[in-house]
Parts: sequence; structure tokens; C-alpha cells
Amino acid sequence: MTDAPSPAVTPAPLSLYVHIPFCASRCGYCDFNTYTSTELADNVRRDTFHEHLIAEINQAAQQLAADHRVDTIFFGGGTPTLLGANALNQIRTAIQDEFDVDPNAEVTTEANPDSVDQRMLDDLKHGGFTRISFGMQSSAPNVLATLERTHTPGASKKAALDARSAGFEHVNLDLIYGTPGESDDDLKRSLDEVLEAGVDHVSAYSLIVEPGTALARRVQRGEIPMPDDDVAADRYELIDDRLTAAGFDWYEVSNWAKPQGECRHNIAYWRNAAWWGIGPGAHSHLEGRRWWNVKHPHTYAQRVSADLSPMQDEEVLAPEQRALENLMLGMRMKQGIPRADLECEDQAIDELLNQQLIEQAAINNQETLVLTRKGRLLADHVIRTLAA
Amino acid sequence: MSQQVGGTPVHKAAPGATEPQAIRNFCIIAHIDHGKSTLADRMLQITGVVDERSMRAQYLDRMDIERERGITIKSQAVRLPYIAGDGREYILNLIDTPGHVDFTYEVSRSLAACEGAVLLVDAAQGIEAQTLANLYLALENDLQIIPVLNKIDLPAAQPEKYAAELAHIIGCSADDVLKVSAKTGEGVAELLQTVVDLIPAPMGDANAPARAMIFDSVYDTYRGVVTYVRVIDGRIGTRDRILMMSTGEVHELLEVGVISPEPIPAKGLGVGEVGYLITGVKDVRQSRVGDTITTAVKGATEALGGYRDPKPMVFSGLYPIDGSDYPVLRDALDRLKLNDAALQYEPETSVALGFGFRCGFLGLLHLEIVRERLEREFDLDLISTAPNVIYGVRMDDGKELVVTNPSEFPEGKVAAVTEPVVRATVILPSEFVGTVMELCQARRGTLLGMDYLSEDRVEMRYTLPLAEIVFDFFDQLKSRTRGYASLDYETSGEQEADLVKVDILLHGDPVDAFSSIVHKDKAYTYGVAMAQKLKELIPRQQFEVPIQAAVGSRIIARETIRAIRKDVLAKCYGGDVSRKRKLLEKQKEGKKRMKMVGRVEVPQEAFIAALSTSDTAAKK
Repeated sequence: MTDAPSPAVTPAPLSLYVHIPFCASRCGYCDFNTYTSTELADNVRRDTFHEHLIAEINQAAQQLAADHRVDTIFFGGGTPTLLGANALNQIRTAIQDEFDVDPNAEVTTEANPDSVDQRMLDDLKHGGFTRISFGMQSSAPNVLATLERTHTPGASKKAALDARSAGFEHVNLDLIYGTPGESDDDLKRSLDEVLEAGVDHVSAYSLIVEPGTALARRVQRGEIPMPDDDVAADRYELIDDRLTAAGFDWYEVSNWAKPQGECRHNIAYWRNAAWWGIGPGAHSHLEGRRWWNVKHPHTYAQRVSADLSPMQDEEVLAPEQRALENLMLGMRMKQGIPRADLECEDQAIDELLNQQLIEQAAINNQETLVLTRKGRLLADHVIRTLAA
Repeated sequence: MSQQVGGTPVHKAAPGATEPQAIRNFCIIAHIDHGKSTLADRMLQITGVVDERSMRAQYLDRMDIERERGITIKSQAVRLPYIAGDGREYILNLIDTPGHVDFTYEVSRSLAACEGAVLLVDAAQGIEAQTLANLYLALENDLQIIPVLNKIDLPAAQPEKYAAELAHIIGCSADDVLKVSAKTGEGVAELLQTVVDLIPAPMGDANAPARAMIFDSVYDTYRGVVTYVRVIDGRIGTRDRILMMSTGEVHELLEVGVISPEPIPAKGLGVGEVGYLITGVKDVRQSRVGDTITTAVKGATEALGGYRDPKPMVFSGLYPIDGSDYPVLRDALDRLKLNDAALQYEPETSVALGFGFRCGFLGLLHLEIVRERLEREFDLDLISTAPNVIYGVRMDDGKELVVTNPSEFPEGKVAAVTEPVVRATVILPSEFVGTVMELCQARRGTLLGMDYLSEDRVEMRYTLPLAEIVFDFFDQLKSRTRGYASLDYETSGEQEADLVKVDILLHGDPVDAFSSIVHKDKAYTYGVAMAQKLKELIPRQQFEVPIQAAVGSRIIARETIRAIRKDVLAKCYGGDVSRKRKLLEKQKEGKKRMKMVGRVEVPQEAFIAALSTSDTAAKK
């Protein structure tokens, strides 16, 4: 907005998340708040839905624009690109109009490899998007079929290469590993494709069978075996080895990046920074207060159309809850947790050190505890031990 | 105090002054659900002691738990004045009997208070094993049996078939079997007349020193212990002080009376009469079923026969799931004890389960009832260890000990072990004979005999170790016979057997709650089954955990819980934070409920799951 911020008020950083609750089809493992057109009645229109999101952006701006500067924006879903570049750019422009947006802001959108083409990527780049994240999951046809992904093997690599030629500096590919039926070779080929695509960021998640999903029902019926944790552990190590050798470094248990390739938006989550989630079911956090929006797009649209807050509920965190969240989120990151910040007994820390689940490092001149690779796979145990 | 019959006022024979010739003492022998309580209700109505309006269904069953399970735990007696066909007034004392296998002794005392019994059988189901056992008990007591088929109004009733069956069992004519519907009242008046006609009047010496037999003893919050008695000889009056002949204790009588169906105080009880006494004692142990009451002054010198101390046969450790509930459990047991002379318990500590009580029960049903009452009436969540029986162990050096808890089984050289055995009766449709024989053989049973009760119903008699029955025998029997078999058993002494203790070790540490005494031939099966089950139930730890089953120092089975390698949520983004934090908070709470066995964290749920399905031993 201005070159010299007022010396009296330094704007606080703010992250914005925009939730697009639409998908062309539902993947069997997915429990996100997203809807296919057949799941929605006629009263929710996809082609004008961005107007509702912009309405909430206006609400947020009234509260926060005066003393916040937006430095990351993330469009997630769902499949944001289903709305088309034009709608996404309109939302992006609305944010620009209402807020002080850092000129170097990171602006990411998620995308399905088969929902973008070169022209759309060009349009998004021109609209101010700086980063794109594709749900590749795997390059193995059998794995994609089990996950009920609609894209074809090879589509992700092509989409990533197209994004880079459109000028996207930062491109992420998401992988899912440990899917029943996936072999080590399947995963190695997926990693080959990731590396050939020349991206600077990889997120890799072990397949989780979420209750209520089609996948969970298939597992329950015995059609698909439950993913095996030991296999998942092996695959994690395989991924970490390959990515590390290719110049990536882990910065959170499920995320690897090349230098300067880290996702600043996600880091904001993990540092418990301020963010506002726009859209149905989106969560927000401001200084120890969390709230979340009504989940259904229709209810959401009704609320914001009536100029009402779409908030469904909120919680105000007690100091010990904030401390627990800081531990829970911070410990998963490579920057670790300063030992001085921990209130647990030394015995717990010593036990984890002895088990080689954590190691001590000097970070920013502070004695810091960081997960070892073995510890990354047992991060929840480490956190529970330190939280006790 | 009077009732109008045919326009003529007829006065009830007053309690305490009823001619023995006008008294009929009887009980109803019936299986669960065969309609005993409904029949009793109908009798109360027909004799006019309860009117239609105040009729509470199944008046005689007091406690909820009895109502729900359809069984009667505690017997009571109701005095029914009845004008018979001859125009004279009779006093019918209906003595209610407990109807289940664990209460055989109590049943025998109720029977001993009667001269006759109505054998009540569901006309759609036929006689069941417990009914048969109680019938034999009644015959041993020389009771006049009146066979009755109930529920003849049901479409599925087969009165001809089951009348023939009853006739065959009792040795009467099928025409002698009465047919009633307690529900509609059909045939009940005729039954009452038959009671008057066939059941002998009580006989006793009115001038002899008083002797009355206690056939029930119930704790009442307001009155203290209410003791139900049948006077055999002499008379007990309100001014007497009474002597309990087994304990030698003397009590003041605060009240004497009859139940009709509410308590009615009286001046006394004479020969043949049935009623209640209140002395102000607070514990049913001071007024024991089967004991003889006499007067403190000029009393009888010889007690009536048949008294027995209640002897627990089945033992189990009861532990509160929440350790802080221990005092609640203690108080609850103290309360239940007031009304349950057979319940025994003493404090016990388990490495795995914390503080609890080792409890002794008459049998499995008794255990279940006590456990349910503790959970329901005292709002307790309990873990109970697998039930076991009482063992006699003789060591090589001649030392003898009694083991009621597997963890007390001695380590040294054992010369011999004895276990209790029972005589079991199973009644079942003949098509299931093969599978039930198989089951009984697998449970170390010896066939004593087999009889066809009718064309397609068989009575099988077995000797079985009690320990084999307290596991899941009844469930197995039911599932193998699609629910059609019924079981009864009575203790029948002890036998020597080749028994060993199997310990379960977790990471080298024995888990006391899982130790079990089993037959040598089944030790391996038990060990393997338990190790496998625990492997499934105990979450993986940071290190490898061997689970071993051992007899003494010999390892007979082994499973390994591999060290956990992955325990991390893959995704943790903005929307996941609250959910994840709440999960973590819950896990922190859950950690408090973890029990440490050595270094191994075992969730309480694993103990509950491992102990609750006690079907591991010798299932196949």
C-alpha cells in the first residue's frame, strides 16, 4: 500500500485461507468438506460461489485490514481450479482490494492435475498466483485406482512442467504412500516422476483410512487390507532418502523443500500465527481464539448473503492449551522446540534422547530439541511424552 | 378383616391360632419364564388378598434385577386365606423359591418348609434341567407334587406331549396333569382346590419346645433383617426371646407376623404356620437360612436337620476400573453382604489391576448378579478376573493349602491337586446329543447316564470338574444347541487332577490377573490363546515386547509384539489443530488409565477385553 509503514503501528502478519468446497468427483479416501455437483442441491451454484467468498473476505477486512498485512494466501479445497482462473483471480483481486497485501506475498492454489491446462496456468500466474500444489498422490495406475483418483499417470508431471513454463517458481506435488497394493517400485517410480517434474516442494502423507469414507467401508468389508504401519515406515524412509539425495530437506514431518521452497502459509499454521479461513467449514485462528465456519455451502451462502458471520462455533484456548498446541505443532518442524520452552521433566527428555527419537541442536543460539528421522515417524509419541 | 362369600361372613383363621388341619404349605417349582410369578399373582387375586387395581405385575419379585432377568433370587412367603369347595376356610402359604442353579441350598430349605409343590411347566417348552433338579429335590423331601402345565393359551402349546412327559418323569397319569393359563386365570381356581385336596396338612407337636426353620432372611433398610420361618413344633410368641441354634445367639423379638401380601403383625406363630420375625439384627449372617430357631427359655435341645453354612464355590477378583472407586466398592460390598449370606470377600492387590477384592460366590449366576448389582446400584465400573474354583494343594513335604486365587498357587514341588466336581444334568433335544457329548468330553466330563424324557428330549447326566463349567460352558452349551439345552448341576465332592498353573509374562514380568490353573493337557492351548489375544490387545511399544506363557519356569508359548515404528499423524494443518489437540488431551487422560506392567504400558481396555471373554481356555 505504502512504502513507509507508519512508525506507530506495525501491521501484524496475517494469512488467509480460502476454501473451495467443490470437486468433480469424490476420492474414496477423502473426508474433506467438499461436494460434487450431484451431492449438492440446485440451491448451491458453483459459478457464483466466489461471490459468497468475497462477501466473507469483506467481513474479515472490516475486522483486520486496519492493522494486518497479508503475507500468505492459500486456496484449498476441494478443487479450487474447478471454479476457473477467472473466479479465483476475482477472489484474489478482492483480497488485494480490501487488505494490505505484502508485494512478496505467497499465493498458492491447490489443483488437480487434470483440472488445469496451460492457458489456465498462465491466467493464474498473471492473476498474481505464485505457487501451485498438485494432488499427484502416485504415478502407479493401481494405486490411483484404489484411491479413486481420476487423473492418469504422467498427468501430474505434465501439469507441474506446464506450471513451471507458465512461470510458477514454486510447485508442489502431493504424494500418498502406503496405499494397499502399492509396491516399493511403485513408490520409486512416483518419486522418479516427482524429480523429473523439477518441483521445489513435496508433501508426502501416509494413507489414512478416515472413518465414514468409502475407503473405510471397503476396508471394513474386507475388499482392501488396512494400510500397514510398518510398510508405511519403510516407505517414509525411502521417500526421505530419495528426496534428500535430490537436494530436498525436510522442514516438517510430511514436507520437504528445496532451499527457499518451503510453504510459508503452512509454516504460519505451525507457528500458531494469525490466519483467517474463508469459506464453508474453514477454520481460523487469532491470538488463542479458534473458530470455524458452518460446513455446508448452502448454509454458508445464506449466512454471508444476509451479511451474517458464517461462524459455527469457537473456542478460546487456555494458556496450557496454547502451550500444548505450540508443542504439538512446533515439534513436528525441523526448527524444533527450544528446551527452555518445555515444562516437562528432564527425565522425559532424557528418555527420548536415549531412544534416539530426538536430538539436541543449537538453533538461533538456543538449545533446541529436534526430531531424529526415527523420531519423525514416532512424532506423536514424542509429543505425548513431552506433553505429560 | 373379613370377606363376603355367598353372603355369609367368614372370618379368617387368625395368624398364631390357625389349626394345622387348615394349613397348606406349598411352593411352585418352575423354570425361568415358565410363569411362576404370573401364577402367584393370579393366586393372590383369586384369594382376594390383592385386588385388581393394586395388582402389581409379578408382585412377589421385588428387585428390579430380578424383574429384568425374570428370576427370583430371594424367596418370600404369602399367606392366602382360601374358601375351598367344602365351604371351609384354609390358609394356603405360598412359599416362593429361587429358581436357579446357584441357589440349590436355598431352594432345598424352601422345600423343607412345605408339604407340597406345584410343578409348573411351560406347555410350549417342556421341563428344563433346573426344574427337574428341583423336582428331584422336592421328591427327596417327600413333597406331594401337583404337575401343572402353564400357558395353555399359547398357540405353540403342546399340552398332550408335555403332559405325557411330566407323567413319565413323576410316574403319574397324564390325566393327572392340570392345565392352566396363569395369564388368563383359566384353571387356577381348580389348582387351588387341588392344593387343598392333595397337599397334606402340616404335622407337629404343639406342646413341644418351639422349633422353627429359617428358610429365608432378607435385609430391609428400615427394619433390619426380616427372617422368614416355618414353625415345626411348639409356638413362637412376640414376648419370647429366641435362640439361633447354629450360632447360639439370643435375640429379642421385635415383631412377629405374616405376609398377606403386606406384613401383618401377629401375636405369634403356631405349628405349621409360616411367617416372619424381626429381631433388629442388621446382618443376614446372624439369621442364617436353614438354621433352627427356638425359644431362649425352655427351648429345644436338638436342631432340625439340614443346616449348612453357605460355601462359596466360585471365586473372582473384582476391581474398580477407576482406582479411586475402591472405597465405594468396599462400602457397596459391605451393603450387599447384609442381604447375602453367601457373599464372601477380602481385600486383594493385583500388580496389574490395583486394589480390589477377591470374592467368593455360590456360582456363576451369583457372581453375575452381585457384579450387576454393584454396577447398577452403586454406579461402579468393574473388571472381574476370570472366575476360578477352590483348589486343594498337597506339597511333596506333606504341607497342604487351599488356593482360591491362581496367583497363590505354590511354586514348589506339588504332590497332588484336588478340584471340586459337580454332577450336571443337561436336558436337550435329542438331535444335539452328539455335539453336547463332544463338549462335555472336551471339558473332562464323564457320562453317568442318559434318558429319553419323551421321543425327542433327552436328559444327560455327567460328572464334570466345576472349573470347566465356570468358564464359558453354559454359553457353549447354548450356542451348540441353539438355545434349547438347559443345565443344572450340584456339587459332588472333589477329585484329584493333573492341574498346573499357567502364568502369562509380559516382557518377562508375570501378569497376575492372567494366571490360570488349568489341566495339564490344556495348558498349551490356554497359553497360546492368551498370548495371541494379548498380542492383539496390547498396543505396540517403543521396544519389542515378548508375551510368554509359562508353566513354572518352562515357557510353553510365545508371541512377540514388535516395536512400534510409526506413530504420527500425517497431516496437521489449520483445520486439524483443534481436533488434534483434543485427541492429545484425551490421550493424556488415557495415559492415566494405562497400567504399567514392568515397562510395558497396558491400556485398561486390554485387561477388560482379555478377561471378559473367558473362552480362551480349552475352547477346542
